[in-house]
Amino acid sequence: MGQSRWAKLRQTEGANGLLMISPPAVYAILLLAAPLGTIILYSFLTDGYLEIIRTFTFANYIEAWTNDLYRSVMVRSLGVAMTVTAVTVFLAFPIAYFVSFHVAPSKKSLWLFLITIPFWTSYLIRVFLWKVILGYNGVVNSGLIGIGVIDQPLDFILYNVNSVVITLAHAYAPFAILPIFVALEKIDRSLLEAGQDLGESKFMTFLRVTLPLAMPGVIASVLIVFIPTIGDYVTPQLVGGPEGRMVANLIQLQYLKLDNYPMGSAIAVSAMVIVTIVSLIFVGLNRRYLRGGKR
Amino acid sequence: MKGGWFKVYAIGYLVFLYAPIILLPMFAFNDATIIAFPLTGFSTRWFEEMLDKPALTIAVKNSLFIAVTASILSTTLGIFAARASTRYQFPMKAGLMGLIMLPLVLPEIIVAVSLLVVLLGLGVSLSLWTVILGHVLICTPFCIAILSSAFQSLDQSLEEAAYDLGETAASTFRLIILPLVMPGIISSLLISFTISLDEFIIAFFLAGTEPTLPVYIFSQFRFPQAVPVIMALGTVLVVLSIVLLTIAEYFRRRGIAKSGGKDTGGFL
Repeated sequence: MGQSRWAKLRQTEGANGLLMISPPAVYAILLLAAPLGTIILYSFLTDGYLEIIRTFTFANYIEAWTNDLYRSVMVRSLGVAMTVTAVTVFLAFPIAYFVSFHVAPSKKSLWLFLITIPFWTSYLIRVFLWKVILGYNGVVNSGLIGIGVIDQPLDFILYNVNSVVITLAHAYAPFAILPIFVALEKIDRSLLEAGQDLGESKFMTFLRVTLPLAMPGVIASVLIVFIPTIGDYVTPQLVGGPEGRMVANLIQLQYLKLDNYPMGSAIAVSAMVIVTIVSLIFVGLNRRYLRGGKR
Repeated sequence: MKGGWFKVYAIGYLVFLYAPIILLPMFAFNDATIIAFPLTGFSTRWFEEMLDKPALTIAVKNSLFIAVTASILSTTLGIFAARASTRYQFPMKAGLMGLIMLPLVLPEIIVAVSLLVVLLGLGVSLSLWTVILGHVLICTPFCIAILSSAFQSLDQSLEEAAYDLGETAASTFRLIILPLVMPGIISSLLISFTISLDEFIIAFFLAGTEPTLPVYIFSQFRFPQAVPVIMALGTVLVVLSIVLLTIAEYFRRRGIAKSGGKDTGGFL
């Protein structure tokens, strides 16, 4: 009899699942999907003096893509996001490798915890402190002068694209480490032994076995760093200077200062489209690593 | 030693990660208005001044209200989503879960402006509640990530046994599932509280005239003389979030151990 109750519940699994998912799903549809749809709609309208003019137009997009200022900010954002992603993932890989292969299993959680803690502590203040580290009288400059490496403070490390890259690479480091770590943890260690038993050197085993198997993690961390960094507002605002402004600063300007919602929406949608296309191209180029071993 | 160079690199990397956090208390306890080296002397005056700022007190109260409400709401939504995704197969599962998890990678400014446009379009005036709406959206994916690992490691036979012994779906959830995932729930509450307390962009766009703590901090950066107090405040916040995260990590691990799972490490 108990069996039949269980069976009855199982029969309507699809319905139960939908019922269970409905509160968060409805919330996300109303407050995420619908608003995203709305800014796409707004991007095709025109900003009148006091209200939005409701006629369909591509003018905002033409402006967003041909205006030199907008285009240079967009190109810069893309460049910064790509550089930050490359630097972050490149520096993160050895850490993930170290924790996965060289740290005793009982201590792995501690290492991951240590790596994630800075990520959760006041983002604004961390960014501000990079200003202190990189500034004219900052930690780096006074340190380098102190040990006699330079005699004039370096001025190319604050209020430009370099400082934005350093600060963002710091902010997104844990995001890059964790997916690579998870992928490395899944690798069957006997495969590596097999590689070496068959006469490959340690380095060749790494290149031909470990790295391809870790690629899904690398791809995940590239995406998880690249997509949010392109839209970062605080870092370019605080350490970027006029040379280092990015697309989020432009969006904020359009919405809150110029009150031009359609133009702001067109820039935001353009940025999202570019991010999506670049991400899809990246995944497409690496798709052979994502097939999950079934060829 | 095996992995010797890796260890040197890893320690160097940790120094890079912790550099700003190590500097924070140095300037907070430094007896100078200018944030630069060399340090001039020990002082607790910035902490005393911090307690004496009415605008800061208001911002703290606003942020606490938002963070408590947002963490409860997002954990509640997270429980539904984690339970649904680990226990059921249903139509459109990948699409719906993808949408709910989207804020994890979507730039926050996009979430902020799209909500702003819709709320103003509907004639909703900006308040602490509009910030809460946005924070629930960005906290829920983190809650789901934590809660899924708690629900994932549940042994389904415990549930079947409860049904066979005559319990209803609701009472099974209350008596069997909830106690087993409770550590995950506590961890999720603490993590979403920490995220909400620290979130700036959404609050900046949606708070209207009522500042949250990060909005207050951001406004103070314009005044050089106000910065030492912000350093003191930052020190308090760092200590507070390390304590909260340590408790969260303790419960997360206990939760996984309790339901018999294997620790894969990390919050994400």
